[in-house]
Amino acid sequence: MSAQTEVELAELGPSRAGAPRAGLATRLRRLRWGLAACAVLLLVVASAIFAPQISPHDPLSVNIRHRLAPPAWMEGGAARHLLGTDQVGRDLLSRIIYGGRVSLVVGAGAVLIAATIGVLLGLGAGYFGGRTDWTIMTLINVMLTFPFVLLALAVIAVLGPSLPNMILVLGVAGWPIYARVIRAETMAIREREFVLAGRALGMSHARIVFRQIAPNLVSVIVVIATLQVAQVIIFESFLSFLGLGIQPPTPAWGNMLGEGRVYMLNSWWIATFPGLAIFLTTLVINLMGNALRDWLDPHLKL
Amino acid sequence: MRSYLARQLVQLVVVVFGISLLAFGILHVLGDPVLLLLPQNAGIQEFERYRHLLGLDRPLYVQYWKFVSGAVRGDFGKSWYADTPAFKLVLERMPPTIYLTLAGLLVALLISLPLGILAALKRHSWIDTLCTGLAVAGQATPLFWLGIMLIIVFAVRLKLLPASGYGTWQNFLLPAFCLGATLAPITMRLVRSGVIEVMNMEFIKTARAKGLAEPAVVVKHAFRNACIPVITVLGLQFGQLLGGAIITETVFAWPGVATLTVESIRNQDFPVVQCAVILLALLIVGVNLIVDLIVGLIDPRIRART
Repeated sequence: MSAQTEVELAELGPSRAGAPRAGLATRLRRLRWGLAACAVLLLVVASAIFAPQISPHDPLSVNIRHRLAPPAWMEGGAARHLLGTDQVGRDLLSRIIYGGRVSLVVGAGAVLIAATIGVLLGLGAGYFGGRTDWTIMTLINVMLTFPFVLLALAVIAVLGPSLPNMILVLGVAGWPIYARVIRAETMAIREREFVLAGRALGMSHARIVFRQIAPNLVSVIVVIATLQVAQVIIFESFLSFLGLGIQPPTPAWGNMLGEGRVYMLNSWWIATFPGLAIFLTTLVINLMGNALRDWLDPHLKL
Repeated sequence: MRSYLARQLVQLVVVVFGISLLAFGILHVLGDPVLLLLPQNAGIQEFERYRHLLGLDRPLYVQYWKFVSGAVRGDFGKSWYADTPAFKLVLERMPPTIYLTLAGLLVALLISLPLGILAALKRHSWIDTLCTGLAVAGQATPLFWLGIMLIIVFAVRLKLLPASGYGTWQNFLLPAFCLGATLAPITMRLVRSGVIEVMNMEFIKTARAKGLAEPAVVVKHAFRNACIPVITVLGLQFGQLLGGAIITETVFAWPGVATLTVESIRNQDFPVVQCAVILLALLIVGVNLIVDLIVGLIDPRIRART
């Protein structure tokens, strides 16, 4: 997941500086996509927050008589279950609305942890250099060598599946990308005049790092964090899909997909709609991240 | 070149040491093997007896040394579930995983190379927009969901391809496409930006000025130089690719290391999990080293930089 974000960031840098600047029209057009994505994301967030108010049914209420009902527009579908029902007759739409809660909470929580660890280590490595830098870089290399999925699987296997554990695992596994980018940025900023001036004035290391350097990195952090939320949501749903994440009957997009897989022969909708929800959410988050990246050019703003 | 090689090897040793610590730590520091091994209602004496039996009452560094000295000889202990050495179990499952990974890589290249070059040459045209759109959509698609959708369409509805299994070339098509399709977006973007960057360089102008035909300029001069970042990142992406293979395997019931790992996690079979994690990590480290060396051979600038 980290390499991907990195490439997206790298694409920005030199190629943009070398190429002629995009015209105002293209900039606005890009921003329009970002704004549209932002609106959709707000909708997803709102539906997760107000799930009890807007979902048509209780996501846990079982109704065997209406099990495996197809979506409303298909033959045999009923209007009361818009997206159909699952293998025990629970309303799919309601479960998808509630499932968004898990994805968003895990995404936000894990990214918060990853960003905190990564930014602190990146600042330390970039600012102090030398042995600190070497140790942290080695740690980053070890973490990047381990496939993220494998690490998460191994840790979950020992800790046991639960919501807090999953946030913790995805958070602790996700920090290297921040550390790597922040380290490089810090090294560049460290040599700038205002930092030298701060040092000459006798500021403490902590003050230089947090009050002088860190504020310059906010936009970079925001962009990485946004793009990472999407990745975390995909990984969370994969773990739940394997049965190593959120445990049924709690609705999560991943475990709905996993349960639906068994019934895909005749009831394709059970696995299809939760997947579409993941796709839509990660798509709009990525679009928003890309727009943010284009807009918050760190060397122009702040 | 020699000092470059030496630096790479030192880093390799450090990384392998780190991986062994991580794999050991996950089981012994985060969890308690005995707690996982014995039933919950076992008595305290029983726990103590097992702890002593497995050497878990000794200091951590002694246990770590025992673990490492065994691992070097390929001894990861016996599986707690099946009565076979973990190393043998994992090694048997390795080839399918490697084949799947290579097939996925091939598919990714088949999709991303032509599209990336085309998008770069026809920049800002509808082809470019289409490719970028496809890439954005591709990056948002969860691999395991794509796999299930492919199975529903091609295996369940059209009955063209097998949904799972291993052995014939038909078995490869769906998983390889699934894996390749998820790696393709990022590779395509790289190829595109690589070619765009190279096409603006002086030697391309020279090639054009001396009257070379455009196809020759693109193939002989631009593409070769655009390859370097692509090879580097594909090498670094190998870990992600393997991670993708892990996900693909679980969807298509592919008999590789990943399905074994997930089964072992469900059975709480830690020697196997540990062994699989370490061997996969070693594979990634090895591939990264080879890629670094290849890139170093192709591009002398990189040798000098690190």
